[in-house]
Amino acid sequence: MSLIVGIVAFVGFLVAGIVYKLYRSQWFWGIVAIILLLSANLIKDPGYLSITYSEATGRLVGNLVDILRWSAPIMLIAVGMVLVIATRGIDLSVGSSMVAGGAAAMQFLSVVKTPDSVSGAAIAVLLAILTGAAIGAINGLLVTYVGLQPFITTLVMMMAGRGIAKVITGGQNTAADSAPFKWLVNGTVLGFPVVILIALAIVTALALFVRRTAFGLVVESVGINPSASWMAGIRPNGILLTVYILSGVLAAIGGVFAVGSVMVVDISGTGYQSELDAILAVVVGGTSLAGGKFSIRGAVVGALLIATLDKTVLFLGISGAATPAFKAVVIVLLCLLQSQRVRNLFTQRRAAATADPAAAPKASVAA
Amino acid sequence: MSTVTPDAPAVATTPKATQTWWRGVVRTLTTNPSTLPTLASLVIFVGMLIYGELAYGKILQYSTISNLFINNAHIIIIAAGMTMVIVTGGIDLSVGAIVALSSVAGVMLANAGLNPWLAVGVMVLIGSVFGLFSGVLIQYFNVQPFIATLSAMFLARGLAAILSTDAEKLDKDSPIRLLGAKIKLIDGPKVNDLEITAGVILAFLVIVLAFYLMHRTRTGRTAYAIGGSEPSAILMGLPVHRTKLWLYVISGTLAGMAAVVYTARIGVGQNITGDGWEMQAIAATVIGGTLLTGGAGYVLGSVVGSLVLGLMIVLITRDGTVPPEWTTIITGGILLAFVLLQRAVTAARRN
Amino acid sequence: MIEDANGPVVEMRGISISFPGVKALDNVDFRLLPGEVHTLMGENGAGKSTLIKALTGVYRIDSGTIVVNGAEVQFHGTADAQRAGISTVYQEVNLCTNLSIGENVMLGHEVRGALGVNWKATHAAAAEVLAGMGLGDLDTRKPLSTLSIAMQQLVALSRAMVIDSTVLILDEPTSSLDAHEVEALFGVIRRLRDSGVAILFVSHFLDQVYAISDRLTVLRNGQYIGEYPTAELPRNELISLMIGKDLEALAELGSNRRSARRSEDAVPLLSARGIGKRGSVRPTDLDIHAGEILGFAGLLGSGRTELARLLYGADKADSGTIEIKGKPVSLHSPISGLTTGIAYSTENRRDEGIVGDLSVQENLILAVQAERGWLRPLPSRQAGEIVGKYVAELNVRPPDPDRLVKNLSGGNQQKVLLGRWLATHPELLILDEPTRGIDVGAKAEIQESVAQLAEAGTAVIFISSELEEVVRMCDRIIVMKDREKIAEFDAGPEVTVELIVDTIASHQAGDPAQPSEEGGAVA
Repeated sequence: MSLIVGIVAFVGFLVAGIVYKLYRSQWFWGIVAIILLLSANLIKDPGYLSITYSEATGRLVGNLVDILRWSAPIMLIAVGMVLVIATRGIDLSVGSSMVAGGAAAMQFLSVVKTPDSVSGAAIAVLLAILTGAAIGAINGLLVTYVGLQPFITTLVMMMAGRGIAKVITGGQNTAADSAPFKWLVNGTVLGFPVVILIALAIVTALALFVRRTAFGLVVESVGINPSASWMAGIRPNGILLTVYILSGVLAAIGGVFAVGSVMVVDISGTGYQSELDAILAVVVGGTSLAGGKFSIRGAVVGALLIATLDKTVLFLGISGAATPAFKAVVIVLLCLLQSQRVRNLFTQRRAAATADPAAAPKASVAA
Repeated sequence: MSTVTPDAPAVATTPKATQTWWRGVVRTLTTNPSTLPTLASLVIFVGMLIYGELAYGKILQYSTISNLFINNAHIIIIAAGMTMVIVTGGIDLSVGAIVALSSVAGVMLANAGLNPWLAVGVMVLIGSVFGLFSGVLIQYFNVQPFIATLSAMFLARGLAAILSTDAEKLDKDSPIRLLGAKIKLIDGPKVNDLEITAGVILAFLVIVLAFYLMHRTRTGRTAYAIGGSEPSAILMGLPVHRTKLWLYVISGTLAGMAAVVYTARIGVGQNITGDGWEMQAIAATVIGGTLLTGGAGYVLGSVVGSLVLGLMIVLITRDGTVPPEWTTIITGGILLAFVLLQRAVTAARRN
Repeated sequence: MIEDANGPVVEMRGISISFPGVKALDNVDFRLLPGEVHTLMGENGAGKSTLIKALTGVYRIDSGTIVVNGAEVQFHGTADAQRAGISTVYQEVNLCTNLSIGENVMLGHEVRGALGVNWKATHAAAAEVLAGMGLGDLDTRKPLSTLSIAMQQLVALSRAMVIDSTVLILDEPTSSLDAHEVEALFGVIRRLRDSGVAILFVSHFLDQVYAISDRLTVLRNGQYIGEYPTAELPRNELISLMIGKDLEALAELGSNRRSARRSEDAVPLLSARGIGKRGSVRPTDLDIHAGEILGFAGLLGSGRTELARLLYGADKADSGTIEIKGKPVSLHSPISGLTTGIAYSTENRRDEGIVGDLSVQENLILAVQAERGWLRPLPSRQAGEIVGKYVAELNVRPPDPDRLVKNLSGGNQQKVLLGRWLATHPELLILDEPTRGIDVGAKAEIQESVAQLAEAGTAVIFISSELEEVVRMCDRIIVMKDREKIAEFDAGPEVTVELIVDTIASHQAGDPAQPSEEGGAVA
């Protein structure tokens, strides 16, 4: 029990300490929502937040650990999605990239002679990544060189991608067994789930890549003002292509996580409606659907919120199939919050929106 | 449409009526390239029918054609609503989920003893309410159509699951089932009968009304104007907001009707009913020649698109050598081909 | 149609409209008589489009009154204005190209019968309206997209007639039309005028203004300057009213630059021959030498911006060649211009210049970074140097590199843009309206920076609506009108604003371009 008190105190201290800074961040409401959900769970079960170390299995056990594990794939697709959305695009095919990547990995492991070898698992993961990259590349090429709208392109790919998965497995829910592959998702390091470590490592690496190269700068620039960026000499095609490929790759890794926990790819279930989770996470994270400034940290907070929501619904004894209704409530609330702000702006500065076309598209987003 | 243009090629040998009809087609095609995709899908449909008949047989017969319509009536109804929304440049992702909620609620209400026709009314009304929900979000809160309808989709799917996650079976003697009962029109040899259901009749009525709305009313023309250029439509003083709101309500209502038709035929409502139907409807609409960017498209084209998709399943089943897992990818491929065709047509029109 | 043949159809009194930071209209009067073509004149930022938007219900006015047909009105949207009989035809055709010609004419006013819209009757009605405007030979069932832009403009005009407008606003309807098409449009405008419609016309082409309009109102910097019968206002006087200097004062505004900074034998830095693009610039020759400031003088719409964009690669020329230091180069995109050593600062600061949601620092290094490619980020030390240098040298206020550029004043945004281009160390810097809409202090600072740059050997092309600024700063001036170069002057005491104004005013459209070498008009 002392551990619980300690954790509660720690969380409380943390919240109090950084609340001001948080309040100024765009994903403040995401944090608030997570805390509210956790509080609801605490009311039902005062021990909800406790984390214990299981001597028998050698791993940390607790609801928070579950939430983190659950959030890993969502985090990856959300981070990919946030980059795509920053360029004024959208990627509706991430769920399909997940299932296609997962299918490639499972199918390989099911036919390869030595699925239990590390190299076999590595090739499986590589195949998944390549599948995701291919789907992303097709998206990117259609958006840049053919000039199709991102929404339409990825909508088509959302359909075709699940078809690709079915073709890869021959329509079966392919199962396989591979200890190293399984370890990636179910294993622990010092009691801590590997999957969380991998997800955090990838997100951190990506954040570093984005901010240490000028990639983040050009992505934001293109998203905020495409014509000004073009006039400044930025060539958008390569950037867009990279962003869609990244999104596909991240989704495929998310797919590896999703299939690895059960070691079977569910052709119709894996990654089902994940694109919606990703979009929701991005919106919660304060990135405007109109593109421009993006926040990877915000997307991570968004992914955590979704994972918390998913787990809370289950914990409160509601059917998991009902979770979408709660997500819908979150989306609508966010829409109204953002839109109300727009409205206030309207009443204060009657002409501002009409006078400043640069601001107008921002106002119309209000997602 | 039958006016003769001087520049159309004369076809001296054909009778006059055919000639005028032919010229009408040529004229429409030459003056309006956006009809090309619709025509292409019609050609594909006829080609599929002929190929199917030659390769597998028993395609061009009463029972197959009857079943094609009976089994796709609900998609045709949804696609009609989807077409109207897409013509304005919007999208409605909520239709499949509305079907789920509507059918689960309808079956539960009917089984609980509510007057079955009242239950049917509630089913349709559920669709209208969700259409209104999306429409209000889009119009009054400037939410992008796909986000608004996405949240409607989540909400409807989640509420359906809260009502029940089991398959709710409609009572065996429920009068609602009458709507799905087959009515024999022509008694052919063996089981080869021309049959129809109330659902097919409803689909037919929906198509006629939708055609009337889109082509014979100012509301319909405003929809096309919005899809062509929303700022222009506003500057022309057209009732843009009201029209958009209405079209989402109509699309939702039609989804409610589709739920009635489908539930009556299958006799089961479940929270996973209608999964992916929005994609089917969008695919049918696009294959039928409606531009996803808005401004061009025909409700009748979407009917053809629905039938192309339905027939494709029939042919794949008959063929037996095409693994069923290829269906999605084939549908996706066809969809991509049509989207690229649209892109080419719009590019050609711009020049 | 005319309620009172003598009174104005539209009377706007004391109209003021403010936007955050700008007073777009300040106590402006305007009146429009039935059966006249009335032109609204003014340079960029004069308030023309704001006035039109007030009259069409797009903007609400802060103060003042609008009287239409004798009744005071308050518009809450375009639909209100249309109901009051005011229709507008915009520069970009606001019709739906996906619909038929007849439908576009009749949208919202279709003839309805028992079975809904009666298309036969609707198309007949459309044909009738079109015939009334001399467009009887159009097939109303063809898609609008089959028509040229000019014909679409005429269809837009017909639409205005369907709703029985008493006031017709034509906002730069001719900017993309050729001479023949303009004549057809004018035919229709005259016909409408003779039927009693009051027409408000906006155009940047002086010849067109004098050809079509009966009276004109001049605005400048959001203020009402005056209303004149067109026939009684000489062109040079009109130009001086628009740019805000007396004719006498113009004569005194001579060049204080030394003439001909270049050495005659040196290879020009950039040499363009016959460079042009259909519909925007007629083929033009020009040379510019290192250390020289070359001015483009001309009114809005004269082709000055279009020519500059060709030289940077922002638009692709469809004729002519460009040589840099004697070597032919291909300029097909901004990045090709940048890597060739050319930088172009746009006149459209908000849409094509600043990236508002990025910081001062990010905006400053954007072009340098684009040149390096995003894989090779600018080392933070180097970025810091660039930012420190230009924030200090250009005196960016506040000197906070992390502030979002959209929160800076116009003048400081312009300085940031200038810094962005200077950071690429261009050999040729093209500045399009770098001093427009910014305060006097910032303006002087920017002018000084430009002079220093030229002193240090950079070639500069300087474009401004303010002719005295061009005359004062430039070593050589190219005068442009109606999308072509009409004269070239070497700077000297005898080159004054008046000379340029007279050159523009006296040049007739269709004249062969005057010899480009040694500026013929000086002698």
